[in-house]
Amino acid sequence: MSPLAGPVERLINEFSRLPGIGPKTASRLTFHLLRQPKEQAQALAEALQGLQKVVHCQRCFNIAESSPCAICSDAERDRSIICVVEEPLDVLAIERTREYRGLYHVLHGAISPVEGIGPDDLKIAELLKRLQEEPVEEVLLATNPNLEGEATAMYIARLLSPLSVRVTRLARGLPVGGDLEYADSVTLARALEGRSEI
Amino acid sequence: MITFVADQCVFGKTVQLLRSEGHTVVTLKELEKQGATDDEVQCVNGHRERLYRTEAIVLKRRDQGEADRVLTVFTPGVGKQQLLAKGVRKVTSRKAGHVELFTHSQFLVAKGSTWDIVTQAETIHAFRPLREDLQRISYGYYVAELVDRFTQEGDENRSLFDLLLATLGWLSKAQDLPLLARFFELRLLALVGYRPQFFQCAHCRADIEPVNNFWSPAAGGVLCPRCGEGLIERPGNDRPSAEPLSLNALKVLRFLQTHDWKTCSRLRLTPALHAEVEGVLQRYILYQLERSLKSVGFLRTVRRLLASSGQ
Ligand SMILES: [Zn+2]
Ligand SMILES: [Zn+2]
Repeated sequence: MSPLAGPVERLINEFSRLPGIGPKTASRLTFHLLRQPKEQAQALAEALQGLQKVVHCQRCFNIAESSPCAICSDAERDRSIICVVEEPLDVLAIERTREYRGLYHVLHGAISPVEGIGPDDLKIAELLKRLQEEPVEEVLLATNPNLEGEATAMYIARLLSPLSVRVTRLARGLPVGGDLEYADSVTLARALEGRSEI
Repeated sequence: MITFVADQCVFGKTVQLLRSEGHTVVTLKELEKQGATDDEVQCVNGHRERLYRTEAIVLKRRDQGEADRVLTVFTPGVGKQQLLAKGVRKVTSRKAGHVELFTHSQFLVAKGSTWDIVTQAETIHAFRPLREDLQRISYGYYVAELVDRFTQEGDENRSLFDLLLATLGWLSKAQDLPLLARFFELRLLALVGYRPQFFQCAHCRADIEPVNNFWSPAAGGVLCPRCGEGLIERPGNDRPSAEPLSLNALKVLRFLQTHDWKTCSRLRLTPALHAEVEGVLQRYILYQLERSLKSVGFLRTVRRLLASSGQ
């Protein structure tokens, strides 16, 4: 018999299944909620309930409340360009810049041979299908600037090469706030190649 | 050479100067201990012997926590090893580019409880042409996975480190990548204790004659016609342990096993002959590992893509 009340133990168990949360943190979070006004636990419960309504947009595969998502159905957005990203969080990051007005396509991962993740495990076939159906002129590859992201971008670029669509890659260079002397040679070389007038 | 621990009061210029004089300096920031009390600094200082330098080649990595990665590296000193690289998934990380896959770097490492921690990293070889070509990348993954799968953590193998380092260099330039992969497989097998026998029958030890012989992964080498004949697939033998091996394929395997890459790189194989050699080695590797290699699927996918889009 557990010394804890059933619902308390159940919540602790659920919390400890989350990434980065061990049994200790799970207990702390649970007892914190117990001490708070009932409304706070209620709000959390409602937020969790809301997750069940989240779907994948069947066009861009971003997470959304409906399909097509708000971005795909926004008449103001530029339909001639699709920005390809690895994860829904990357859409959020690019949206925050307010610099980009086109559409997105979320791959849900990157090619990672070590983990056995190949092109068929990503939403690449779905991207090809969109290019046949939508008036797209440019595909902007915005996968991560690490080897998996580069390999994924190169793979898609090669796949799209027979099509009459412009394929671009996010510029790679030095991070803002970084020190030149600590930059690795690959980053520095790419930053030199991508230099621009000031 | 002296090892220094620099707290936040030490100017960056001072740290740079000491490093340029050849001393080892580790800052509290690099140890993830900014804002440590004097007692804690003394504690770090008392554990300076817990710092060590090593060259390393990154074989694979996996995400850990919010922004960290656990690297599987191959070092000249202790072979395969796992190290924690903190904060390297942040765009502003100064270590990120130096701990990328297939990078040959100099690390300063602090001993830790679960994993030792990379406190500084500087690239020695980035192998840029390797990481900017899809086909070369796919072979890089293959080579790294072979090293990972055929080694145990902590088993020193300096020759294998040298082979891996040289191979990453060749992968950046070689014309015939499949041939290089075959050369690498044979060298690696020899260095990890699975050198296949191509000169004597693996069963009766008789010298192999220049005729069509047989190949047996289970026996670890070539079988003479007398020993191999009964083991191939045929009615009544549904568990074959040998396969026919052409004289040409045997010649290529022997040549690759006994010559350096510079000499081997001049070989020109017909697609059929290469396919036979590749099959022989692949089934042997599969037999030794008992599990298929994950990167082989990607190799094939890339090969198909490049063939269909004309390269
Ligand atoms: Zn959408
Ligand atoms: Zn024999």
